[in-house]
Amino acid sequence: MKFTKLAAASVTALMVATPVLADLVFPSLSYRTGPYAAGGIPYADGFADYFTLLNERDGGIGGVMTSAPECETAYNTEKGVECYEATKGEGALVYNPLSTGITYQLIPKVTADDIPLYTPGYGRTSAANGKVFSHVFNFPANYWNAASLAVNHLLDTNGGDLSGKKVALVYHNSAYGKEPIRTLEGLAAKHGFELLAIPVDHPGQEQKAQWLQIRRERPDFVLMWGWGVMNQVAIQEAANIRYPMENFIGVWWSGGDHDVVPAGDAATGYKAVTFHGVGSDYPVFDDIQQYVVGAGKAAGNGDNIGKALYNRGVYAAMLLAEAAKKAQEIHGTPDITSSMMRDGMEALEITDERMAELGMPGFGPAFTVSCENHGGPGTGAIQQWDAAAGTWSLISDFGPSDMEVIQPLIDEDSAAYASENNIEARCN
Amino acid sequence: MPEQLLFAMEVTLNGLMAGVLYALVALGFVLIFKASGIFNYAQGVMALFAALTLVGIQQGQVPFSHLINAVFGTEIHHFPWHVPSIIAIILAAGVMVLFAYLVEKYILQHLIGQPDIILFMATIGLAYFMEGFGDIMWGSEIKTLDVGLPQGMNLAIDETTFNMFGYGFFIDNLDIVAAIVAALLVTSLVIFSQYTKQGRALRAVADDHSAALSVGISLRFIWVLVWSIAGFVALVAGIMWGAKSGVQFSLSLIALKALPVLMLGGFTSIPGAIVGGLIIGVGEQLFEFAIGPMIGGATQNWFAYVLALVFLIFRPQGLFGEKIIERV
Repeated sequence: MKFTKLAAASVTALMVATPVLADLVFPSLSYRTGPYAAGGIPYADGFADYFTLLNERDGGIGGVMTSAPECETAYNTEKGVECYEATKGEGALVYNPLSTGITYQLIPKVTADDIPLYTPGYGRTSAANGKVFSHVFNFPANYWNAASLAVNHLLDTNGGDLSGKKVALVYHNSAYGKEPIRTLEGLAAKHGFELLAIPVDHPGQEQKAQWLQIRRERPDFVLMWGWGVMNQVAIQEAANIRYPMENFIGVWWSGGDHDVVPAGDAATGYKAVTFHGVGSDYPVFDDIQQYVVGAGKAAGNGDNIGKALYNRGVYAAMLLAEAAKKAQEIHGTPDITSSMMRDGMEALEITDERMAELGMPGFGPAFTVSCENHGGPGTGAIQQWDAAAGTWSLISDFGPSDMEVIQPLIDEDSAAYASENNIEARCN
Repeated sequence: MPEQLLFAMEVTLNGLMAGVLYALVALGFVLIFKASGIFNYAQGVMALFAALTLVGIQQGQVPFSHLINAVFGTEIHHFPWHVPSIIAIILAAGVMVLFAYLVEKYILQHLIGQPDIILFMATIGLAYFMEGFGDIMWGSEIKTLDVGLPQGMNLAIDETTFNMFGYGFFIDNLDIVAAIVAALLVTSLVIFSQYTKQGRALRAVADDHSAALSVGISLRFIWVLVWSIAGFVALVAGIMWGAKSGVQFSLSLIALKALPVLMLGGFTSIPGAIVGGLIIGVGEQLFEFAIGPMIGGATQNWFAYVLALVFLIFRPQGLFGEKIIERV
């Protein structure tokens, strides 16, 4: 009798303690600790808050509630892979690891497990080729688009002529940081500028030699491919040597609020490439305030709303939610699997009207994803920092990147991957 | 004067300045190793924790606010005040003294007589605990450190060198302040250890634990004292490095910059930490300037260790370290 009571109590306790499992699971491999937390926190907040908004405002996606359980990677590749292995059995629909290192490790795993991998603006650039990378998506833009967009901006601001100019690239001395070099070499050959590549070792706390070199070489423009503390130190060092900030352009991973704030007023004028809108002047953020922050359900304390990385997290979550909706439509069921999610991502169509309906008019480009093109349109804009106002402003329209230079590189790199891994091209 | 020579002079000067910042971190390691034989793996995290505490106090941040809000459903983040920098520095130094007391009471006291490797392991545990504790206490967001230190190019040096050589040298004002602070710190430490009762006790413990104990010196007091001083040195290092990049968790990685300095200068010598820092600073910057571009650049991190290894081969105890002689 005692045992029966105990067993009944245990079962009841277990039922009460076990959370109700959400049907649509979007794991968030986040990093809220460690050296890269400053960028990881706002992104993770934005990603989580958008799914909370969908639950609170719309009752989930297609009537099914969503969840974005977090697994802390600390931006560590091994931990990221552990997170993937630990969570993939919990109904994960798609992974967005926010790390190029983790992405490279996960590409073969997700393909084998039939789970899509979403890496907007990071990861393996040539994964834009859907014929080779069936489960990897990096729309709406990738690193090589970013390099081209930065050069396009230089062309726009220099009468379309960069011949004889010197462009320095200050980059994180890692696979990530080296990504734009080939594209920039191609663009340098095309437009006649000289490229000066200057590496900075991890973590990038000491960059005196690099910035003294820039002071000596006097490049006309400096591009930056940094992450973490490297960004803050570089912007401070640029200010120290009085390098004109309007000639200094970072990739979108060097364009967070936390990258410019430590340098204070000296950072005013610094630019960065972006593939989405800036600030909080969009209806979706009012909804997040009302349904998420106001209801006490925000992932953070709500003060990251409108910051560059927060917006990127929201944008990534929105695109995944739209892909999930598309998957529900295609397969005629609200309870989709990861395989169906992949189909939804491959058939994703974002229109300007839909962006307006979502409360994000003009926040990102209209585009479609296809079997061949997992990379989207590759468009982007330039944002500029105003320290006094504490805001980024878009100073250009969203424009295209130079696919004439980028596409052959994507084809070449993806062909090499296909050959190494015996992958037959799809989409025939 | 040839342009390349001028550039090399500028790089050398900046290397010296960078070396001072490395030495500031190395100093904390030396103090603890000298007094207790412990290689304090947590020194880098101590710099991070001290800087986090300083900014937190200065900005009136409520400690553990995330935890408090999560448990009690409140929405508190900041006190309605902003503490002046000097008071915040004093309070942060006070927190580091309290930290030293707690480390002695709850860790070191229980490990007296244990092999060095056990004490080293304890500091590894302490480092990770402090990193997590600092995160819970102050949050992981990047914080701007503003205690009024000047930053940017020193115009006087730029102008003077331009008038002399036709090329203005770049020296960061923050580096000049760091050099002055480091000089004051070392002078104060030397005066303290040479001319005060506690300083003499500290040196006695450093020379021979057992002999010091036998003449009535309290080992526990000395440990609290030396960890407090190392905590203060960590606070100074945290301020200097944090002013450059904001206070963020990568600050703990500055310890990596101290290791080659210690290998070169010796683990037991304060002048060794300073001279070692300067040699490493100048060596790595000159190598990057002269050889770096030929081999792809970004040589500073690994070259510092190569330089330290070369010195180690010829003087295993470091430039100023004490030769360990064990008699059977």
